[in-house]
Amino acid sequence: MIKIAKYILYDILRNRFVMLYTLFLLVVTFSMFSLDSDPGKATLSLLNIILLVVPLVSIIFTTIHFYNSYEFIELLLAQPVSRKTIYFAEYFSISMALATAYIVGVAIPMLLLNFSESSFYLIIAGLLLTFVFVALAFAASVSTRDKAKAIGVALLFWFYFTLIYDGLILYVIYSFSDYPLDKVTLAMVSLNPIDLARIIILLKLDLSALMGYTGAFYKNFFGSSVGVIYSVLFLLVWALAPLLLAMRRFVRKDI
Amino acid sequence: MITVSNLGKKFGKLEVLKSIQVDFNHGSSYAMIGPNGSGKTTLIKCILGMVIPDTGIITVNGKPIANDWSYRNLIGYMPQIGRYPDQMKIGQIFDMIRDLRQDQSHMDEDLIREFKLVQMRDKRMHTLSGGTRQKVSASLAFLFNPRIMILDEPTAGLDPIAVEILKEKILAEKNKDRTFLITSHIMSDLDELTSNVVYLEEGRILFNDTIDLLKEETGEVKLGKAIASVMKRNLKDAEKV
Amino acid sequence: MRVLVLYLLLGCSLSAFGKTWVVDQNGKLNSIKSTIAHSADGDTIRIMKGIYKEGNLLIQKSIVVIGIDYPVLDGENKYEIFTIAANDVSIIGLRMINTGVGSINDISAINAIESKRLKVINNQFQNTFFGIHLSNCWGSLVEGNLLHSDTEAEHQIGNGIHAWKCDSLTIRRNKVSGHRDGIYFEFVTNSLVENNFSHHNMRYGLHFMFSHNDEYRSNIFQNNGAGVAVMYTKHVKMISNRFEDNWGSSSYGLLLKDIGDADIQLNHFGRNTVAVYMEGSSRCHFTQNIFSGNGWAVKMQANCDENIYSKNSFLSNTFDMATNGSLVLNTVDSNYWDKYEGYDLDNDKVGDVPYHPVSLYSMVVEKMPAAVMLWRSFLVYMLDRTEKVVPSITPENLVDLHPAMRNYDYSF
Repeated sequence: MIKIAKYILYDILRNRFVMLYTLFLLVVTFSMFSLDSDPGKATLSLLNIILLVVPLVSIIFTTIHFYNSYEFIELLLAQPVSRKTIYFAEYFSISMALATAYIVGVAIPMLLLNFSESSFYLIIAGLLLTFVFVALAFAASVSTRDKAKAIGVALLFWFYFTLIYDGLILYVIYSFSDYPLDKVTLAMVSLNPIDLARIIILLKLDLSALMGYTGAFYKNFFGSSVGVIYSVLFLLVWALAPLLLAMRRFVRKDI
Repeated sequence: MITVSNLGKKFGKLEVLKSIQVDFNHGSSYAMIGPNGSGKTTLIKCILGMVIPDTGIITVNGKPIANDWSYRNLIGYMPQIGRYPDQMKIGQIFDMIRDLRQDQSHMDEDLIREFKLVQMRDKRMHTLSGGTRQKVSASLAFLFNPRIMILDEPTAGLDPIAVEILKEKILAEKNKDRTFLITSHIMSDLDELTSNVVYLEEGRILFNDTIDLLKEETGEVKLGKAIASVMKRNLKDAEKV
Repeated sequence: MRVLVLYLLLGCSLSAFGKTWVVDQNGKLNSIKSTIAHSADGDTIRIMKGIYKEGNLLIQKSIVVIGIDYPVLDGENKYEIFTIAANDVSIIGLRMINTGVGSINDISAINAIESKRLKVINNQFQNTFFGIHLSNCWGSLVEGNLLHSDTEAEHQIGNGIHAWKCDSLTIRRNKVSGHRDGIYFEFVTNSLVENNFSHHNMRYGLHFMFSHNDEYRSNIFQNNGAGVAVMYTKHVKMISNRFEDNWGSSSYGLLLKDIGDADIQLNHFGRNTVAVYMEGSSRCHFTQNIFSGNGWAVKMQANCDENIYSKNSFLSNTFDMATNGSLVLNTVDSNYWDKYEGYDLDNDKVGDVPYHPVSLYSMVVEKMPAAVMLWRSFLVYMLDRTEKVVPSITPENLVDLHPAMRNYDYSF
């Protein structure tokens, strides 16, 4: 797998779009930290942008790249390698390329400008979101042959997880506000990778407010490192589940 | 050799291949002919393992190809459209495919030399013309001395000199106990390059024999004319029904 | 230590007027109880190191009891240790452990009733039900004591320093932990509470009711079950205290209920779920306080009026202010808000655009606590932005017209 991946990774890293993405992240990170004298506030502003941009770029770029590599994948399929190998090489190289962009654009400047626990968690959250949304893009891409349709599905994923799903949660909370909702809310939030990534940061920056909500269950969940571990694990599930489902489809797919 | 038995494939409701039965023997070269949408490409893709058939079995040298990728060591494939990652260099493409092949003992770099690709090693794929990309595809297909060659519209997009180089290469390799499977819309090329013809229409093989026999049957001298008269005959048969 | 020496000297000088008794387990005089019985007003009793299990000790004379190297007085989980019913009694340098536990009686290590000028200095209290219990006392000094209890159930533990119907007390440099309330005042007036450290108590670090004209200075209230709660009191001064790490749904850095005319200055409120919660309070003046890293810096119920918040610093709080009504009769002015995004074109270090400290989402969370899970999501961000452009739900007149552009530099 690495044999193929290293060539594809090299190609994507030189891709103009990936370079622009890196540059954009760099500019945003630097401007946030230079405009704001308070690094905590800068981290927060950066969080808002990362939660929005990282999933969007990851899912759209991956989908477009997948279709642009269709003929190349065909050529690879004519070689003596298994489909799984090709599939994982593609996933590995795209997610690594985008992760590299993120590391160069956000992680390294943050470590230089303001190394704190919350910066560290922000970096982890962004990386995990990258892996999740590249996987979701693969799921969208293998489900149809139509590029436009796949991009539509990918955008819909993004829009759903960014906005619609949270709206639904708010609606449920509003409708059932007379009932104890702590476990329900937690379960609902776990079904949205962007929310999970957000909660990792929330646990660092807004723990005192989270503690105001309900009783012992949350206190245990949030108060210890259980909350962070839970979120990270669930994000990994969110990356692996679509990745493996899409792989099953890819292996049986007619190219 | 490749044996295809009882091969069927549907795309949705559309039946693209209807129980195809055909053998491709070593030492022979086959022209795959048929109107657009007759199932040529699907048949090739089935042999390459890109399309997974609904029914039937394909074997290569006696081994079924389902769930096995090692047989592709025997195959060289030149696709109709070669598109490569934009930022990759020509040299890297060759390096990568070389990495993937286990048997690297007899490398055939004739085409690389003759197409003068060595000098272009460091050119990036997105800077290349369609013709140059075809040259890369052709060179890759021949690189590992494969027993089976599958060429999908090999001459399309190539300049006349390159076409001649490629044709000569094919003719030279034909005599080395290989199986050639070539599709093309240029009948004169196929006339020159192949000895057998497999004619497909609406997912069925209507004709599978030597070109000489076809010409004899139809009384034509050129392959193109012979095919045309077969098609006409079929049309008449259809009208009668 | 210095204070100890001072009082030892003081004890010596007093002994000029009275007799000095030495109680030693290995000596002839080995019972505290009988020594007290033999002593007279103005006498000093020195207790040497050892473990004394003498049940309840009743003091009805003006005597000084001094422990040398912390002799241990064990209540054997049955007895109240000292019961004091005399003026001018001093208890110094003792270690009192294991009092009885009572559900009706407030069994204490030191229980003073109608005692004037009592001094309780540099004692240690371990697993006492109530530590120091004062009723109807005047002019008492409680200084440098260490009170700690390991009990786990709230009904098995009383307050650390408990005062009822007292006047002119001084509570200074005590450390209280593991009790129900660290410091408890009911009907205590004209008193000073300073430099105490009250932490990890089960309920409140400080709890007072009907205790007018008291002053609280430089205390630290940290990590108490429900923070600090003060009620039904007028004219309180709270200056330079720290209210920290009080986490939970009913835990407050400082809860004010029916408090009037309080002066709350230069305090630091850090990492509390709710730093200040106000209910039915009026004319409280919050100035030069720092609120940092709290869930809610200020929660003000609509029944509060004429309170003033000025020149405070609000830093990294999840929500700066929340309220449950739209009518606001309080003043918020000239504070520094780190969330402020306005500009200062005339360079007078005061923002040109007013700041609204109550965000829409803080009101949403007020009604639906579970919604806090969506905080910092894009949806919430958009809701808050929209509300800032077209205010419709948040109280429009709860506004800081002169937000400071730079953080005030209160270093304490």
